[in-house]
Amino acid sequence: MWRFIARRLMWAVFLFVAVTFITYVIFFVAPNDPAKLAAGKAATPEQVKQVAEYLNLDEPVWKQYGLWMKQLVFEQSLGRSFVNREDVNDIIIRAAPVTASLVFGGAILWLLVSIPIGVYSALRPRSLIDRSAMIFVLIGISAHPVWIGLILSFVFGSYLGITPISGYCDLVNPAIGAECGGPVEWAYHMILPWCTFALLFAALYVRLIRANVMETMSEDYVRTARAKGVAEHTVLRSHILRNSMLPIVTILGLDIALALGGAVFTETIFNLPGLGRQVIVAYEKTDLPVIVGVVVFSTVVIILFNLIVDCLYAVLDPRIRLT
Amino acid sequence: MTALLEVENLRTRFRTDDGFVQAVDGVSFAIEPGSTLGIVGESGSGKSVTCLTVMGLNDTRNTTSEGSARFDGIELIGAGRDQLNKLRGTRMAMIFQDPMTSLNPVKTIGWQLEEAVLAHQDVTRKEARARSVAALGDVRIPRAEARLRDYPHQFSGGMRQRVMIAMALINGPDLIIADEPTTALDVTTQAQILALMNGLQEEHGMAIIMITHDLGVVAEVADDVVVMYGGQIVEQAPVGEVFYRPRHPYTWGLLGSLPRLDAEVDRLVQIPGQPPSLMRPPDGCRFHPRCAYTMDICRTQLPVLETSPGTDHLQRCWLDDETKRREGTKIIEMVHQAAS
Repeated sequence: MWRFIARRLMWAVFLFVAVTFITYVIFFVAPNDPAKLAAGKAATPEQVKQVAEYLNLDEPVWKQYGLWMKQLVFEQSLGRSFVNREDVNDIIIRAAPVTASLVFGGAILWLLVSIPIGVYSALRPRSLIDRSAMIFVLIGISAHPVWIGLILSFVFGSYLGITPISGYCDLVNPAIGAECGGPVEWAYHMILPWCTFALLFAALYVRLIRANVMETMSEDYVRTARAKGVAEHTVLRSHILRNSMLPIVTILGLDIALALGGAVFTETIFNLPGLGRQVIVAYEKTDLPVIVGVVVFSTVVIILFNLIVDCLYAVLDPRIRLT
Repeated sequence: MTALLEVENLRTRFRTDDGFVQAVDGVSFAIEPGSTLGIVGESGSGKSVTCLTVMGLNDTRNTTSEGSARFDGIELIGAGRDQLNKLRGTRMAMIFQDPMTSLNPVKTIGWQLEEAVLAHQDVTRKEARARSVAALGDVRIPRAEARLRDYPHQFSGGMRQRVMIAMALINGPDLIIADEPTTALDVTTQAQILALMNGLQEEHGMAIIMITHDLGVVAEVADDVVVMYGGQIVEQAPVGEVFYRPRHPYTWGLLGSLPRLDAEVDRLVQIPGQPPSLMRPPDGCRFHPRCAYTMDICRTQLPVLETSPGTDHLQRCWLDDETKRREGTKIIEMVHQAAS
């Protein structure tokens, strides 16, 4: 187990270096001049040159990357924004809880929707609920989150006026002078983003859970349990559901990591100051430290999630031994 | 003696996308307490489905069963789930063909044995555990106490089948239905498992229904034999009758195709053709397309299952008694000659 984790961590470090370096290279081959943007519109060529020197932008790529890595390792600092000199660490600390709220809240929502529907559809195939669920799946998979987000915010936010259209409230410790805060306001503002975000995954998971449960129901050991005279609800709980959820755990871990990417759309539509929004803003201004900072953070989160999933799976399935 | 299980005119039908499949078509047999009944037939002859129907283990959504199966006087066909659960696992238990897939891979052996106890007996988990240890001891699994904590994948195929047998025995059933319990095992393990089951039967006195396609297994364990073909019984008699005076051409075919190690046979005799489609069974006798003795009547009329004169040997064939006797003897002589 520990050897497995050690090996995975080494692999993670390699992955981390590769991802950040590639991000660096992409920004340097891209045809734009971050120094010019950082110096402002009215800057003279001399000023731009000065800025470039100050930000080490005149150095070759590998050297810049080395300096950045040194700073990260020895000072645990992701550097400062080219645009407003803000500490990237602070930007991420501020934005990450917003994205986390969206992703984890969304994940809980999509599981709450998809597990009962998926299981019921599997137990009663071709029933009315099963057929309706399949239509829901088709819509969920086909419709783009941007479109869904706009429709939802128009219908519920604008037309019916029962939810906020945009904005975010802190769950705990709202900033002084903030308009709103606390769990209720937080959840109220997140309802539409959660729905938008969860729809695609809910649809995918209904299909996934239905297929898994149906497959497990026809397993020989389920028949063995029935032959033992075990009550049907116990067979369902201890054998069918328990075993059909195994692959779901793996896929859920991977999807939550993947969902970070999908969060960009939802954050943009609902004006949530999360990581996805930060990247979009930084990208428009070629604010390399912020972009790399978010990439670094996301990479670490994804690697961590994969590690957790692997370990969790070993706990849930005794056939898997981590070596 | 009254029969422990009495099956009468059992008919089981599956609904498939292509139509109905009559998997079991009017099967009747009875089994006495403590005796062993062998059910023999090729794949798709309906032998497994017959027993799954008796146990109420068919998928109720696409299966309909008619007829009657009474266990100790209790009607099983059409019985509710709760009623069946009072019998399944306690008074009648089942052992399945593939021990590799018949145990839940993510639960320990101990948990699965205890589940069987706790489903029927009002005992503590500790008591259930003690019984599980005893049951594993019964099926000669060494270090039973430690092995309870192991998962199925940590056992070999033969050991898993022993666990399945322990699970079937744990509540002291009157009847064990074994659905090809040795098919998935290698030959030496097969012999061990059969010997184990024989020994356990002597110890505990339960009745056994042994489903198999292997006449060798039947010869070893059965008191009575039912030969099934195309969802119907074609021959039914005490084991000695079937092996010394077989009356049905299909049984002759089965006997002729037994492989033997102790005789030099150029090639095994095989029954030509394939088992019939149960969706569109052939007219007349179900075996006539593959039978070497087909007459005109065989093509149009299904023979009834009736006793040979002066015996309790049931068979379903239009051939006259004289021919059956003659041809049956020929087959037996051939088999015995090959053996000597």
